[in-house]
Amino acid sequence: MTRATLYGWGRTTPSVATLASPESELAVVEQFATGSALIARGLGRSYGDAAQLSGGLVLSNLALDELGSIDEHGVLTVGAGVSIDQVLHASIPQGWFIPVTPGTRQVTIGGAIAADVHGKNHHRDGSFCQHVLEIRLVTPSGAFRVSPTSDAGLFWASAGGMGLTGVITSATIQMARIETDKVLVDTERFADLDGVMAAMKERDHLYQYSVAWVDCMTRGAHMGRAILTRANHATASDLERVTLKAPKPAKLVVPFDAPSGLLNPLSVRAFNELWFRSAPKLQQNEAQELPTFFHPLDGVRDWNRLYGKRGFVQYQFCVPEDAHETIVEAISRLSSSGVASFLAVLKRFGPANPGPLSFPMPGWTLALDLPVGARALPQVLDDLDSLVLEAKGRVYFAKDARLAPEKVRLMYPRLEEFLDVKYRVDPHHQMSSDLARRLQLVGT
Amino acid sequence: MENAFGQPQNVVVLGGSSDIARAITKKLCAARTHTVVLAGRNQELLDVAAAEAQEYGATKTDTVIFDAEDPSNAKRTVEQAFEKVGDQVDLVIVAIGLLADQFAIEDDTKAVTSMVMTNFAWPVIALAEIRRRLVAQGSGRILVISSVAAVRVRRSMYLYSGAKAGLDRLCDGLADSLQGTGVSLQLLRPGVVRSRMTQGQVQKVPFTTGVNEVAENVMRGIASGDRVIWSPPALRYVFAVLRHLPAPLWRKVMDGKSTR
Repeated sequence: MTRATLYGWGRTTPSVATLASPESELAVVEQFATGSALIARGLGRSYGDAAQLSGGLVLSNLALDELGSIDEHGVLTVGAGVSIDQVLHASIPQGWFIPVTPGTRQVTIGGAIAADVHGKNHHRDGSFCQHVLEIRLVTPSGAFRVSPTSDAGLFWASAGGMGLTGVITSATIQMARIETDKVLVDTERFADLDGVMAAMKERDHLYQYSVAWVDCMTRGAHMGRAILTRANHATASDLERVTLKAPKPAKLVVPFDAPSGLLNPLSVRAFNELWFRSAPKLQQNEAQELPTFFHPLDGVRDWNRLYGKRGFVQYQFCVPEDAHETIVEAISRLSSSGVASFLAVLKRFGPANPGPLSFPMPGWTLALDLPVGARALPQVLDDLDSLVLEAKGRVYFAKDARLAPEKVRLMYPRLEEFLDVKYRVDPHHQMSSDLARRLQLVGT
Repeated sequence: MENAFGQPQNVVVLGGSSDIARAITKKLCAARTHTVVLAGRNQELLDVAAAEAQEYGATKTDTVIFDAEDPSNAKRTVEQAFEKVGDQVDLVIVAIGLLADQFAIEDDTKAVTSMVMTNFAWPVIALAEIRRRLVAQGSGRILVISSVAAVRVRRSMYLYSGAKAGLDRLCDGLADSLQGTGVSLQLLRPGVVRSRMTQGQVQKVPFTTGVNEVAENVMRGIASGDRVIWSPPALRYVFAVLRHLPAPLWRKVMDGKSTR
């Protein structure tokens, strides 16, 4: 046990806590016995303060690293601290892929469940927890095996529950069959937002994976110009040479903090221009390696340091299908605010799952990285929150570091339902986090 | 908790009825601050400041009465303020200061004692308790209101200026001691500010500002995490020069007109 300064991937709000690394479920249970407020932490990839607890006890799940074998039906049981990267190393050579992956492989399975992460296939396959068969969860009132059929209430409260129902120690996942380690990608460039949104609406259903990169800094006629990439897994018959190779570790590293301000409106605009122009106008059936398509940023280790000492926030929200205009308005406000924002990620979401705090809802989601420092930024984002709320949308906890607490209950109307389940297993509010305190998710 | 933009939710203000503190509190409440505990010597003034905080968005306010001339109550005052917050404290503002006409009091031991107690001893003892509590909670921020007068002590106000200099230098080391604790300390060095404290005490000089401008600079300084927040920011450069002036020139520039 050590005192450690912990922060999220955006490196904005450090806090000091006691850090322990229990190696077994029993050791996790023992930590609960200390009575200290606590939260689990994985690889620290939530952007804000979800996996930290100032002055409390933070349980790293990284020593819960048992990686089981995949059975003939693709069922895999792993320790909660195993990363998607480690899973893929083992699974791809055997012809199995993780059913849902976020934009990085460097998240633990425990974290993926707690944030109910989604990927480019949400419109087809839903979010991560829809592929979880069961979890083991240590709560203040004991250790449980929960699943969608056994204590479904606790299972779904834990899906996207940001770790506030207990510490996940292991999970059983249904993997997805793949024949090759390639995807066949179609890339299209669009001169404006309406074009890309129409294309997504019309034809996303033909692809398992779909994502658009939107330029949020260009104003006028080309506002929201975008690059849309959509893909399906390549089958053996699609390729001349079939391989099943594990992803390679990152070759590039950002060795130190860049000066704050390196990523400013000027440099970001230049980057966006380059990115946009380097994309093909239309390209079909390009075979890409899985990591190239799914995890482009994993090629550069510690890329968050590019944002300098002050760090950055990621703003991700979703709105229902009919709130198409909200996306347009959000991008229009961002592009005219002069706040530097890298290419934003636009996606369509399919149906929601039963998780009361699960983020996705059928419709649209937009995510963007914003360096901290611009004077206007806090207000711009507060105003966007109101816009999102008007459209009955919500902001994603796993990315958040600045939402106002009074908006949380409006964005997540099922919060009370979540709390009922939480208090059943955690009557003394032992599970907490800096995020939970800041958003007043739980009583103190 | 504080958010990614350095906007705190729970705030304690020692010297909460001072004009600068009130201007800062208003801006904090307009952002994310919902709980404010104000400590000061005059209940009526504190109530006014508390009502103002609510008007700007605070949902819970409370007050603590103390006498800054008596350092023996500093620890208890901090304890009470923290207890009244009833949660983690994100920001503690130390806005204690006493200004007096130097020429009227410099031979008066009692008045000199008040100056040192209020401007130095009380804040230092309070800071010891603030430090202990914030380090235990693993996060938090301290804002100490110093003064540009602390940068170089001048003849016409050496008691105020000297006591502030002591506090200012001490905070430098205190801030270093907080590395790696999750707690940070920032110093505010305002120039002459039009306020109740300076009324009739300080002559109008260049770079004089109003309290709202100071509060605005504090908001920026908190967001960027600067160790020293200057208000107005240009004073950083002005004092980089002034502090190195030869003594005769320094006396002439700063106190030439006020020597009696």
